Amino acid sequence: MISRLRHRGPDEADVWTRGEAGLAHARLSIIDVAGGHQPMCAEDGSQVISFNGEIYNYLELREELIAKGHCFKTRSDTEVLLHLYAEDGPDCVQRLNGQWAFAVWDGAQRRLFLSRDRLGVRPLFYCEHQGSLRFASEVKALFADPTVPRQLDLQALADVFTFWFPLAPKTMFQKIRELPPGHSLTWDDGKLRIWPHWSLEYAPDEPGKRDERDYAQELWELLVDAVRLRLRADVPVGTYLSGGLDSSLITAIVRKCSNAHLRSFSVTFDEAEFDESHYQDEVVRALGTDHQKAHCTATDIARSFPDVIWHTEKPVLRTAPTPLFLLSRLVRDSGFKVVLTGEGADEILGGYDIFKEAKIRAFWASQPESRWRSLLLRRLYPYLPKVQQQSEAFLRAFFRVKPEHLSSPFFSHLPRWEMTSKLKLFFSDAVAAELDAYQPIEEMARSLPAHYNEWNRFCQAQYLETMHLFPGYILSSQGDRVAMGNSVEVRLPFLDPRVVAFAARIPPRLKMKVLTEKYILKCCAAGVVPESVRTRHKQPYRAPQGNCFVQAGAPEYVGELLSPERLRQDGIFCPDAVGKLRQKFQAGRGISVQDNMALVGIVSSQLLIDQYLRPFSRLDVHLRKQPEPGGLDGNYCRGVAAVRS
Amino acid sequence: METIAVELRQFVVDNYLFGRAGDLSYDSSFLESGIVNSTGMLELIAFVEQTYAIQVEDSELLPENLDTISKLAKFVRTKQRMAKSAN
Repeated sequence: MISRLRHRGPDEADVWTRGEAGLAHARLSIIDVAGGHQPMCAEDGSQVISFNGEIYNYLELREELIAKGHCFKTRSDTEVLLHLYAEDGPDCVQRLNGQWAFAVWDGAQRRLFLSRDRLGVRPLFYCEHQGSLRFASEVKALFADPTVPRQLDLQALADVFTFWFPLAPKTMFQKIRELPPGHSLTWDDGKLRIWPHWSLEYAPDEPGKRDERDYAQELWELLVDAVRLRLRADVPVGTYLSGGLDSSLITAIVRKCSNAHLRSFSVTFDEAEFDESHYQDEVVRALGTDHQKAHCTATDIARSFPDVIWHTEKPVLRTAPTPLFLLSRLVRDSGFKVVLTGEGADEILGGYDIFKEAKIRAFWASQPESRWRSLLLRRLYPYLPKVQQQSEAFLRAFFRVKPEHLSSPFFSHLPRWEMTSKLKLFFSDAVAAELDAYQPIEEMARSLPAHYNEWNRFCQAQYLETMHLFPGYILSSQGDRVAMGNSVEVRLPFLDPRVVAFAARIPPRLKMKVLTEKYILKCCAAGVVPESVRTRHKQPYRAPQGNCFVQAGAPEYVGELLSPERLRQDGIFCPDAVGKLRQKFQAGRGISVQDNMALVGIVSSQLLIDQYLRPFSRLDVHLRKQPEPGGLDGNYCRGVAAVRS
Repeated sequence: METIAVELRQFVVDNYLFGRAGDLSYDSSFLESGIVNSTGMLELIAFVEQTYAIQVEDSELLPENLDTISKLAKFVRTKQRMAKSAN
């Protein structure tokens, strides 16, 4: 089972078994390269840990534990976590500043404890099967046991074709569950208990209490410290540099914190509408980094897409994870294992266009007849020419607020979810019938926290982005999974818990001042990053989409997976509808955002089925090719860990 | 049903519904139902200009003219009549 995860930890691997329990670990050695071997046992042998991630405040915690009488044999954060668990039990996670998915087997209590970091940077999946609990960082490891059923979860598919991700704890596979971000779990004498150890709360606005300079100053100090902690490593650390504000600011802070030679990495494209080289070059010149670019073409995307879906383990509606997969390959090939990135700023500090769109729609809805208010719609999506070319009447019609949306808890997101849901028309009749009664948006509504309705609309929109799209898509498919696919760890200073908590106290009127997104962050960045980068309009990271799969020279797998015969066999999509979609792309005109999402979603779903669910799939080949490391008896439930009740 | 409306319906079904017409009627609102998005609207206008040899002015880009198959067919007929009488 652990050999399936070699890409996550190519440096060493080991297993530990005792009685009914077994843990296995594949290690990417970053802190205490020589001493941090895992699974790691407590000195008295009572507890053993397998830990994926980093605890950035481990040095401070170590000092505290030493003062309490704990003795350490290594310099690793893993040993600190083991001692902290011995001291505080499951509550230890409250003390952690880091990104983690870990398991502790407590032999004396015969109890397994699992935990996942607050926002879900690190993945963790589990499966209750034949009286045992198995868990792993990736689903493919759980399928090492051929008795674990491999069946597509159609409701999860409907979620993806609504929100872009399956609603946790669902995964794309019926028997497999995800431990949601910010949750812990115990398996105690065969009983499973799951609870949240963290929640995101927004503070009420208190006008006049603090001014914007005050907020910017505190944010700056927190970010500097967040970066300082994230530079703790016994291997060199680089940065991603997209040319946007967030990664530029993080790179600039790294520059301030360290005199070391600094390497940075970015993606570039042929297409001017996606390429940000100009801004990247400007930041590189200003900060003097040693920069490398991964140039990515539509052909590269199509060729690498199967590998990407192998790693994401879920369909995607955009190709955007693929260039990031190619970027992490460049990082790895350059001898780096760790990069700092700017992810998270848009979610916690209000950077996305969806926040701006909701603000304008709400402002307009309060006086629907106002022509002046609706003119603000022109400020949206300046990078999408098809939107900008619309007549005023149609722009108003596209963005108008439906009466039923005004009172919805999902005011900001309903237009987007309704648009994405249209893609379900490609489902086969059988799948559509199966999903007839399933309402993803109602299920999302049931998952909202108690205080949600008390927050203002801006915070509600931020919550949906931060707690759902972020872990479900950005952090996984564009983050951990495509980075770890090349054995690269991403570290995210904006997700330092102090930064996240502070950002949740900044009033929305300052996060987006009038229509200036991430206003407080822009104040922070004054004089630190080039002015053109600081003040540019937020351009979301995008890449060539559906055309990658229909252009001349597209890989053969596309035609095979989208052939009417294959579509009929797999039974998920309607062959005629998919055929018409392909014809539309081949004709090459009028391709919309939805068309692109549909084609990418269908190709990626078919790849998932092909690689994981069909007989003689890539998974089967993988299982046959890679023997397990020794030490696990065949009677044990094997995995990154497994425990039998 | 007259030819223009039938042709327009076929274009909408093929290009925006990918053959899955469902309950699309001649009076279904493109905007209400979300059938035609911003890119689709530009494409639809290009289609009627090319197919029916008419010119749609910016001032005519209104939901009143373009939001259903029936309205669009009526708009096309009016434009064709205007073009004929101008000649």
